[in-house]
Amino acid sequence: MSANCWNCGGSVSLPADAAGRASRFCDACKSLQPPARDYYEFLDMPRQLAIDGKDLEKRFYALSRQLHPDLFSRKPPREQEYALDASAILNDAYRTLKDPVARALYVLKQEGYNIAEQGTKDVPPELLEEVFDLNMAIEELREGDEDARAQLESARHRFERMRDEIDGTLQCQFAEWDAGQERAKLDEIRGQLNRRKYITNLIARTDEAHVSN
Amino acid sequence: MFQIEFDNRDTVVGIDLGTTNSLVAWMNLTKPEVIADDNGDRMVPSVVSIAPDGEAIVGNAARAELIDHPERSVYSVKRLMGRGIADVQDELKLFPFRVAEGSESVIRLVLGEKTLTPPEVSALILRQLKKNAETALGTPVTKAVITVPAYFNDAQRQATRDAGRIAGLEVLRLVNEPTAAALAYGLDKRREGIIAVYDLGGGTFDISILKLHDGIFEVLATNGDTHLGGDDIDNRLLKIALEDTASEWGVDVSHSGGAVQTLRAAVIRAKEALSFAFAAQIEFAWNGRTYHREITRELFEGLIRDIVDRTLGPCRDCMRDAHVTPEQIDEVVLVGGSTRIPMVRSAVEVLFRARPHTELNPDEVVALGAAVQAGILAGTVENQLLLDVTPLSLGIEIYGGIVSKIVHRNATIPASAGETFTTGVDGQTNVLIHVVQGERELAKDCRSLARFDLKGIAPMPAGMARIEVRFLIDANGILNVTARDARTGLEHSVDVKPSYGLTDEQVEAMIEASIEHAEEDFQASQLAGARVDADAILAATSKARENEAWMALTDEERKAIADAVNRLQAAYHGEDHAVVRAQIDHLNDVTHSLAEQMMNTAVSGALKGTKV
Repeated sequence: MSANCWNCGGSVSLPADAAGRASRFCDACKSLQPPARDYYEFLDMPRQLAIDGKDLEKRFYALSRQLHPDLFSRKPPREQEYALDASAILNDAYRTLKDPVARALYVLKQEGYNIAEQGTKDVPPELLEEVFDLNMAIEELREGDEDARAQLESARHRFERMRDEIDGTLQCQFAEWDAGQERAKLDEIRGQLNRRKYITNLIARTDEAHVSN
Repeated sequence: MFQIEFDNRDTVVGIDLGTTNSLVAWMNLTKPEVIADDNGDRMVPSVVSIAPDGEAIVGNAARAELIDHPERSVYSVKRLMGRGIADVQDELKLFPFRVAEGSESVIRLVLGEKTLTPPEVSALILRQLKKNAETALGTPVTKAVITVPAYFNDAQRQATRDAGRIAGLEVLRLVNEPTAAALAYGLDKRREGIIAVYDLGGGTFDISILKLHDGIFEVLATNGDTHLGGDDIDNRLLKIALEDTASEWGVDVSHSGGAVQTLRAAVIRAKEALSFAFAAQIEFAWNGRTYHREITRELFEGLIRDIVDRTLGPCRDCMRDAHVTPEQIDEVVLVGGSTRIPMVRSAVEVLFRARPHTELNPDEVVALGAAVQAGILAGTVENQLLLDVTPLSLGIEIYGGIVSKIVHRNATIPASAGETFTTGVDGQTNVLIHVVQGERELAKDCRSLARFDLKGIAPMPAGMARIEVRFLIDANGILNVTARDARTGLEHSVDVKPSYGLTDEQVEAMIEASIEHAEEDFQASQLAGARVDADAILAATSKARENEAWMALTDEERKAIADAVNRLQAAYHGEDHAVVRAQIDHLNDVTHSLAEQMMNTAVSGALKGTKV
């Protein structure tokens, strides 16, 4: 594998690091090269689900200082385009990877899971009773029964606790996947994410009921 | 001769294109500075009037026209940028603007014999600022950073950029006003911290929360209302005064543009006085009648309380989105003339539990920040970087009129999202994508941004085509769309139909029309410059006649100089700057040996210790 600079035709050092990634700038003319599109590759990070937020932020700031379009306004148009492209990918990558759920969905998608069809229609069996009670309370509130408000409040607290529990479980599963990168682990993570999405929808519904009644 | 050496870095100015006033600033070495006009005025009122001969009058002079010729004048045009007629119904009840037919996607204002769109009116203001900067700096100005309310949507941003292009300015960047204010405060001197910027201007309200990190200004969240500002306060007072005069005089003056504008000026004076005094007078005379009313601060505050309260909701939402509590906010910055109102200041203090910064003039701080950003782009300001966000979520309309969000609000820009589109029926050759901005779930409740047509898809069975579309919001907060055929890897063409605003062709035509104008302006300024230089050389030549070196010249030499002086004087009264320049050069040539003689005399005179 080799790469040539778009500007001067000179070679772009390969590998630039231990992982064999190309350098961002040409060795000879220092012009910006087309960016990598994979978030982990772009940030020079190993593809892991458990990541250190502080380290990610440090990389984000350092790369912003190198790649932001403001720094390229006196450069040729093509380099300006690369800077715009690279900055967009940097910001997308940071936004995605700093949020554990978005990060997990990103990896799942790369591993061939269909994220768009994330199942939220089927009620997880252990939540059946909860959902039934919630629907009752919302209906009562709509009919003007103010006592239902307290019920909704306590339901919301229960949902928040469940969500926090799921987040704890996800943390462990992330570390487990990082260790061996086994597909079975991803299936488990996917299941947790579906359950989490279902619960956050329930929280949103209680908030909505509070506001609109 | 002393000549100033410019390096090849162009001067980039920073412009605050405000609802009420506009300013231009630049980086003078290391400090941002507002540029004043010929009269020393630092603010250009954002008022435009069109004279019967078609000439545009801008600024203070146009403010007088607003009273004498309201039907030819327009103010607060920023409120109309990027909007259609349906968006501004409430405005039109109080603003004396006449709107032409066909204003659905772009408002067309009738000003005397002309019909102008808001970007064209704004371009006239920008042209005035450009001229002020060129006169003061003595160099052409073609590049600018222009500020916009943080909460401006895509159409409003595009309209602002179009205004710049029509005015002959390359708009290097649109910067959000609150972010610019943070830059101006140079709060980077504090290395780490959280700042809130509260910006209540003439027509718009913005709140932004930023995180500082070693010169990086990272916006965490922004919120606001593009229809809330000092104008609304003026309208409250105006309404009272109009009701009073109607009942006292038995005459309704609200249909007389001139009367309304005079009264508006009177209520604004009272409003401004109330920031310092506990009572102020509204005084108004019209057609021999007089009206007088005292407004106490108490009454005033009762009148505007709900307007001030309307700013607090967005502030709370902004803190929630930024994941900060009031206790975590280290500094609060106030921007915009309306933040001089004591009630606004105390509301901000109570909400954020911090005493706000007011060291910089709230009318100038945005322009100063724009100049700093201009310096960043020109490479003269280093180690400072703005990371701004998009104020509104970007979505595409899917089945059932539902919005699928692809870039959420408060995402750091540039930001992008990729989506793959396919066909729904066999042989379909195009796909239409409706892009909207906003937080609501249904497309009809969001702001329609544009319809993108992916044309020229090769006919094939339904669902087989794969067009990858990339939606990219650039550092100006403006959407760019590119498409690629996933099978061939080739760029796919995208036809854009903006829902609001001017098409590229319309902007081009306006630029074309204004080039004529720009050429006139350019000729006039070149001629003025040449005349200044002519004055200097004519004065120097006339003074040289008294020098003893003059006597040392031959008759021919003296005659040649006299001829050259006559020719320059003739050219001076002509209109062609090139002829003036040519005659200056000619006079310069024929006085060459005289100048040398004078130098020698001066040197020998100096040696002798005598005066020359």
